Amino acid sequence: MVHTFHCLGVYIAVDVYSGAVHILDKTAYDVLNLLDETALDGECPDWVFEKLSGHSREAVGAAWADLQELQRGGLLFTDDSYLDPDTAVLMQQDAPVKALCLHVSHDCNLRCQYCFASTGDFGTGKRMTMEIDTAKKAIDFVVQRSGSRRNIEIDFFGGEPLMAMDTVKAAVDYARSLEKSHDKSFRFTITTNGVLLDDENIAYINREMSNAVLSLDGRPEVNDAMRETVAGTGSYDVILPKFQKLVAGRGDKDYYLRGTFTRRNQDFAADVIHIADQGFRHVSVEPVVGSPDCDYTLREEDLPVILKEYETLAEELLKRDDVNFFHFNVDLSQGPCVIKRLRGCGAGCEYVAITPDGDIYPCHQFVGNEDYRMGNVWDGTFDMELSREFAGLNIYSRPACQDCWAKFYCSGGCSASNLLVNGDIKEPNEFGCQLQRKRLECAIAMKARQEISKKEG
Amino acid sequence: MTHVKTLNGATLKNSAAHGGCGECQTSCQSACKTSCTVANQKCENQK
Repeated sequence: MVHTFHCLGVYIAVDVYSGAVHILDKTAYDVLNLLDETALDGECPDWVFEKLSGHSREAVGAAWADLQELQRGGLLFTDDSYLDPDTAVLMQQDAPVKALCLHVSHDCNLRCQYCFASTGDFGTGKRMTMEIDTAKKAIDFVVQRSGSRRNIEIDFFGGEPLMAMDTVKAAVDYARSLEKSHDKSFRFTITTNGVLLDDENIAYINREMSNAVLSLDGRPEVNDAMRETVAGTGSYDVILPKFQKLVAGRGDKDYYLRGTFTRRNQDFAADVIHIADQGFRHVSVEPVVGSPDCDYTLREEDLPVILKEYETLAEELLKRDDVNFFHFNVDLSQGPCVIKRLRGCGAGCEYVAITPDGDIYPCHQFVGNEDYRMGNVWDGTFDMELSREFAGLNIYSRPACQDCWAKFYCSGGCSASNLLVNGDIKEPNEFGCQLQRKRLECAIAMKARQEISKKEG
Repeated sequence: MTHVKTLNGATLKNSAAHGGCGECQTSCQSACKTSCTVANQKCENQK
């Protein structure tokens, strides 16, 4: 399978199954668009010359020869020889759990309008923080279930995790105490809205957390329209200096300034640039998760504007080298292996979320959906049948992914999003797919443009 | 070649040989939490 596209002024071909990416000139692009995998044998046929009479015969013939060379070198029209679909479904059964989203707080000190956690309580009507003993039980759960996997990730999430700092610290201490005896290496992340950041917990986060995800939507008016305090005031002025202080003391540890865009700010490139201009290198601004009846939820009719906005953003980011935009960060040469790429996020099997009560869900976005409650760390239950159902999700078991060129980059998308939009964890949310494909095209085209500039420079 | 420049070779095919150790980061933990992407994850096996 080959995907050709024109983006940021560059003609590109992606050979899906080998992972090869080629920059083409217009002639080669036009030739390739006429072909399928059986068509590159022998000399360039007359019908190709006739179809492309706008190009010189010499150029068409030379482009044909170049494409033929790629095919012979295993870089074009390669086969899918990884796995047969039945094997792919079976491959991850009884997978170890190696990542937790630990909901240390189902309470929040902001009232963000779009919050998928219903401003903290996940729709349960019960605002609470996690007891230290429950956090320890959760750590025990992942240590026991991680099998031979050494690296274990814990993300302190909420609600707002800084409202449960005692639990965070106790969980970190307890996990560290188990590392040596169980041959594990814990990596901690915290996702915070920043309101409660002070010198003490900034120092703590910068010491203990290998990644910090800091929530800010962008321009003050955009942020404050959605991210309000309990009193109904904007949060931008409160949190920005705190995030700047945290990042200034972070050294080379990972962080992301993470925002959300909605149909109210479809010019979100300006928000990415605004965040970058406040001194933040690592930025992620992502489409809102919302039910179709919300006025801020992105709609089909918004697609042309959003897709164009990603190109606008890509052009802006090409002008500067001080911004790493999460969704344009594609490692073509040394990214994850193909096995990882076909499995995807691991929700419900490798990765689970645990609530303050100790309930286990496939991921943070399923929390509160009783149909997907998998067990509880206190009574030791864990629904292996449901775990296997999630483990069986991959690009071969999601029918709509079969013909998609982007499948090895997105791995079949987000099960929670699929459920929200289509009522089925297996059926990709086509709207999200279209955004994903566009982001990938932009990311690849940016690499191509950088390569071309390097050659010319 | 005059009409094509290869930006990236057959890295996906090559990765199948050493892949699948499972030690890499869980996709959703890195930043997104709402929009699964794996192509920007690091391989823990790269030497």
